[in-house]
Amino acid sequence: MGLRKIVDNLKPTFSEGGKLSFLGSTFEAFETFLFVPNTTTQKGAHIRDCNDMKRTMIVVIVALIPAFLFGCYNTGAMVGLSGFTAFLYGLVRILPMLCVSYIVGLAIEFAYAQMRHEEVNEGYLVTGLLIPMIMPVSTPLWMVALGVAFSVVFVKEVFGGTGMNIFNPALTARAFVFFAFTPQMSGEEVWYSKWTMMGAQVDGVSGATALEQLATKGDMQWSALDAFLGFIPGSFGETSTLCILIGAAILLFTGVASWRTMLSVFVGGLAMGYLFQALGVTEYPAYYHLLVGGFAFGAVFMATDPVTSAQTETGKYIVGFMTGALAVMTRVINPAYPEGMMLAILFMNALAPTIDYFVVEANIRRRKNRIKTVK
Amino acid sequence: MSKIIKLRKGLDINLQGRASESLAEAPMAKQYAVSPLDFEGLTPKLLVKVGDKVKAGAPLFFDKNDSRVLFTSPVSGTVAAVNRGEKRRILNVVVDADAKQEYEEFPVFDLRKADRAEVVEVLLKSGLWTMIQQRPYGIVANPDDKPKAVFVSAFDSAPLAPDMNFTLRGEKPALQKGFDVLAKLTDGKVHLSVKAGAEGEMATISGVELHTFAGKHPAGNVGIQIHHIDPIAKGDIVWTVNIQDVAAIGRLFTTGKIDLHKVIALTGSEVVKPQYYRIISGAPVASVTEGNIKSQTDGGSVRIISGNVLTGKKVAADGFVTFFANQITVIPEGDKYELLGWAAPRFNKFSVSRSYFSWICPKKEYRLDTNLNGGERPFVVTGLFEQYLPMDIYPMYLFKAIIAGDIDKMENLGIYEIIEEDVALCEFVDPSKTEIQQLVRDGINLMIKEC
Repeated sequence: MGLRKIVDNLKPTFSEGGKLSFLGSTFEAFETFLFVPNTTTQKGAHIRDCNDMKRTMIVVIVALIPAFLFGCYNTGAMVGLSGFTAFLYGLVRILPMLCVSYIVGLAIEFAYAQMRHEEVNEGYLVTGLLIPMIMPVSTPLWMVALGVAFSVVFVKEVFGGTGMNIFNPALTARAFVFFAFTPQMSGEEVWYSKWTMMGAQVDGVSGATALEQLATKGDMQWSALDAFLGFIPGSFGETSTLCILIGAAILLFTGVASWRTMLSVFVGGLAMGYLFQALGVTEYPAYYHLLVGGFAFGAVFMATDPVTSAQTETGKYIVGFMTGALAVMTRVINPAYPEGMMLAILFMNALAPTIDYFVVEANIRRRKNRIKTVK
Repeated sequence: MSKIIKLRKGLDINLQGRASESLAEAPMAKQYAVSPLDFEGLTPKLLVKVGDKVKAGAPLFFDKNDSRVLFTSPVSGTVAAVNRGEKRRILNVVVDADAKQEYEEFPVFDLRKADRAEVVEVLLKSGLWTMIQQRPYGIVANPDDKPKAVFVSAFDSAPLAPDMNFTLRGEKPALQKGFDVLAKLTDGKVHLSVKAGAEGEMATISGVELHTFAGKHPAGNVGIQIHHIDPIAKGDIVWTVNIQDVAAIGRLFTTGKIDLHKVIALTGSEVVKPQYYRIISGAPVASVTEGNIKSQTDGGSVRIISGNVLTGKKVAADGFVTFFANQITVIPEGDKYELLGWAAPRFNKFSVSRSYFSWICPKKEYRLDTNLNGGERPFVVTGLFEQYLPMDIYPMYLFKAIIAGDIDKMENLGIYEIIEEDVALCEFVDPSKTEIQQLVRDGINLMIKEC
């Protein structure tokens, strides 16, 4: 095969002792991207499942695509465009942010892998797509770059890279940008694109998001159906609950995400929503919480992150439920900050190991008692 | 008859090359070998040198930690070679077989009247003691221990595993005798686990507590069965014996000679005619594989495994069948690159993940190669191992405790209950490609060293 030959010819240059050996991990990353390596099993099981990290990550990316495509359309629709033009407008609008996210993030990942002489991890392929999708579309590129750099370095690499992190890197990037640049990142402008092209009507387009309206007025100007379909302002990829659910179906069918976590988040959110409704704190129906803001996106793509969520099956129920409940509680009780999902997930990321600890301790106790009763 | 223990967790991997129910006699081979590497944690001390004459049942080497534990020659002949590897580690002792076999004589006595010490003595002297493995740890049993119980699994659930009802056809008297011997070794029970729906003659063995298991692999693993019958706690010691070895022990106590024949299954997609062979323990693999392996196209090669695809040992074409193996599997090597393989549909590869398509045809038999199918990564996916280890254990936490070298945690999380074979499926499904069986052995070795 021709391509294989080219790669084989290049290989010595990047291998130990070659001229460009300092780029070995980078070369290796591209090589394994093109070709599944010819490594064979040496110890233990002689055959292996053909599933690997690359496949797992690519499934998540596929699951994100419906929400991404809708995000493109909605960005255009928000500035008065329709049909394919709206979609194209949104696609062009998001591309720079997407590129910045991937270039900055992957550059740091590759550099760290090189420093450690490790293979490059696939984790950032997902994170890099998630980050633009949870940012408001008018977020300045330098802020995106800063957020990405912060989260990759301080949330992931200092802990040892993919699989070792405590907090979800994409959400931390979002949180960093939000708290570091609060004035720019909130208000009524940032949710709309300001680019004048393809006949977009950008003048004076502004308005509170559905979430903010619910928090301040107790109702929103859109119907529940519009919110479900996603024709509301919000972060780029988070608005369409429908598209997110399509992604959820892909993740659940392939078993990449845990249904326990996902279901529990929704149940937790609903339960808390109904509680507030019953107490008379909120007037609008509880299920609104699941349709607006980042709730659905967080439940499907963020809370289910296997690395930062609970690792025991029992723990997943608990962490999921608390994530949903906390998110709604923050939204309703804290008037200064309407979006609770991001913080709820990050908070539960911190709590998950403790919850797992108790689940595992219970297992240890059960195993000890089991032996007593047998005798 | 006890109730059936149903295991819901596990996985049967359907592979091409199941042995057909026909039995061939492998001819007497020129050479036989005994390898210390087949026994975990063993430091061998040689008792013979090249050129020495040995009878079948005569010792070749012993355990440095316990000079009573002898490893004996399966055949009579002349010691041909002591092969050594790095740091002069003994790889195996090879014996040139005599045309006419001569046997060491061991006393035959009435088991009912014999005391335990006599029985142990015969087992140790004949070398058949080494068939008795100890749990925890999966090492040769210590003759000074009194085990809580003895466990035997009457079936093997691994991919392409032999049907023990077939391999032990006609061995019922030997088996019964073997179980009588085992009963002498413990004050507790001798547990025999059979497969639901395929109990066969095994169910008629007397003097044992019979258990019936149903479910996918690893339901046939004795470790899994122990967990569900009478789990091992800290300080407990139980012994396990392979079912074919029970018959060998039975024959020794019947005739006073060691008779180490066993029936192994020659399996795998690259075998021309997969079937059963009667061999003598330690036979060269070539005695059954020669002329029976499919020729490979485009420069491919095959891997010969002594054992099954999950736990067996890789052997060279001129290597020998390992001590505990009851099958030989031949599969293609996977040392080939695959263009964008991780993105391809891969209809001819197997995965438990539904991101591939194996779930569409659950009955399909696969021709799987030895490719790792990815690169090694840190643990990312959670909740997967639990589905393939039918024990009340959190495998991921146990593995992490082993990585951290945390003895207390390992003990609490269940290191006493598992050996490599029990976690082989976890290793198979792991998308992060961690060498879990080696990890578990390292953990066990640490436990042995520290405790």
